[in-house]
Amino acid sequence: MMPVFEWERPLVELEARIADLRRFVSTHGIDCAKEIAELERRAEALRKEIYENLTPFQRVMMARHPKRPTTLDYIRMLLDEFDELHGDREFRDDGAMVGGVGLFEGTPVTVIGPQKGRDTKENLARNFGLPHPEGYRKALRLMKQAEKFRRPIITFIDVVGAYPGIEAEERGQGMAIAQCIEEMSFLRTPILCIITGEGGSGGALAIGVGDRILMLEHAWYSVISPEMCATILWRDSSRAAEAAELLRLTPADLLKFGIIDDVITEPIGGAHRDHAAVGQQMRAFIRRYLAEISKVPVDELVERRLARFRAIGKFTTERMPSNA
Amino acid sequence: MLNVFRSKPKYMSVRREEPEPRKELPDNLWTRCEQCGQMRYTKELEKEQFVCRCGHHFRLSAVQRLSITADEGSFAPFTPLFAADPLNFPGYPEKLQAAREATGMDDAVLIGEAAVEGMPLVLGIIDFGFIGGSMGSVVGEQLTRGFELAVEKRLPVVIFSGGGGGARMHEGIFSLMQMAKTAQAVGKHSRAGLLFVSVLTHPTMGGVYASFASLGDIILAEPGALIGFAGPRIVEETTRQKLPPGFQTAEFALEHGMIDMIVKRPQMRATLARLLKYHRRRVKK
Repeated sequence: MMPVFEWERPLVELEARIADLRRFVSTHGIDCAKEIAELERRAEALRKEIYENLTPFQRVMMARHPKRPTTLDYIRMLLDEFDELHGDREFRDDGAMVGGVGLFEGTPVTVIGPQKGRDTKENLARNFGLPHPEGYRKALRLMKQAEKFRRPIITFIDVVGAYPGIEAEERGQGMAIAQCIEEMSFLRTPILCIITGEGGSGGALAIGVGDRILMLEHAWYSVISPEMCATILWRDSSRAAEAAELLRLTPADLLKFGIIDDVITEPIGGAHRDHAAVGQQMRAFIRRYLAEISKVPVDELVERRLARFRAIGKFTTERMPSNA
Repeated sequence: MLNVFRSKPKYMSVRREEPEPRKELPDNLWTRCEQCGQMRYTKELEKEQFVCRCGHHFRLSAVQRLSITADEGSFAPFTPLFAADPLNFPGYPEKLQAAREATGMDDAVLIGEAAVEGMPLVLGIIDFGFIGGSMGSVVGEQLTRGFELAVEKRLPVVIFSGGGGGARMHEGIFSLMQMAKTAQAVGKHSRAGLLFVSVLTHPTMGGVYASFASLGDIILAEPGALIGFAGPRIVEETTRQKLPPGFQTAEFALEHGMIDMIVKRPQMRATLARLLKYHRRRVKK
């Protein structure tokens, strides 16, 4: 059973009724075409009403849907061939971060991304998609390998944050992230970043410095998770929905701010409802943007990448009257 | 306190006089040490650079830090910048205003050109008293300008970090992006063959630690400074494990190979001077 959100329950119930009616028609041979059409019309209106008016926090919930496609799902859907490459060559292989090399429509690419599990067992093995420093070091190793062979890099970003654990701190979580950010910035190869689900703070930015940054329609990207923000502001993580409004973490906000370049639309109801459809959509975006950045001479590419981030920030040279 | 400002600075973003008393610092004659509980005569403590006999390093304001680090009259601060409120985050303008009043600073970083034992450098100091020393657009921009100026003038950079919260939540995604911006500024400076000494003071966490502060050629820390990515409370809540003694202290970071050395405050200036000296371009005699 697909988990259902509270706000889509009326729609799911209506869809179930339509399905029941269809079954009834086929088993009893009674003509209910008119009734079905009417219900379909109502369902369509409801769909529009629900999914076009999602609150920021409902989007956050969509991004966390357990059936949402993961990095390995996208790799399976989009690459013709793929070999996963393991390990950071220093400590261990971190299952929360996957990567490897494969072919995207005939072009060799390196693909990297955090990996959430589908069930409890897989989630335990993958630490719920929360990478340790060795995960980021693996990502960096694979990115440098891509640079060596002048392969474009695609990162799929879906991570609520880097793992806040004792061993993670012992092995330098902050330092691993800093090194990823710094080295990625100067890599002499095209980089395409796609935020597919959660873009949680430094753990996401660590693999999010690219030449084009795209985002799925129901993904979020923020300096802090809504829950953590609510805890800091009101000492109450249950007010996460309010915090999500304040943080301006939706693709529409980030597009307006110039942080991302484009938004990849999802099938109505979210990516989890139709993996193949979102895969197809994503393929078109990757094809277009990969071609765009691949034809830029590499010196210029790196220069533009640096200039892009250099320009980000909001400040004034005069003290604002409202702040005076 | 020494006056470290150049006599006629182009811009004045920080008051010359003694900063107003701060909560964690003495606001009267006597100061209680947070570590050993002893009452100390404040004037005497100041002479000892706010290091207690028990070894506890009190937190310093940026201006206090500047006065014990830079040569007298050498500091020329950058043009001041002021935070915008890009998200219209509730309470942020008031928070900025309160921080300005409490610290006498425009934002959380004090930065400019300075000299240590006659050697020129770009010196940046983050003040914990300004919204936890968090990095928003102003801190990110000023640090970036610092590294850029240092590339232009071929100067070393020394940054004292002390930001409990890391990135400044109130500026949302803009503050997250300052991690990339500052890391890239370090990267360009580094690729120009220049020295960056990162000094971690209590506390250096989150987005500050996970960006420029981790990227020093040489990383120093003050004794007992809290250094890490995730805050200790978050780690405890997530893992449901008891934290090992001394977790995320400077000593812990040294033991795990994350920093080069721990330097006590009274030796910091001389240590920086030695490091700057080792990296001076050879001058023909």
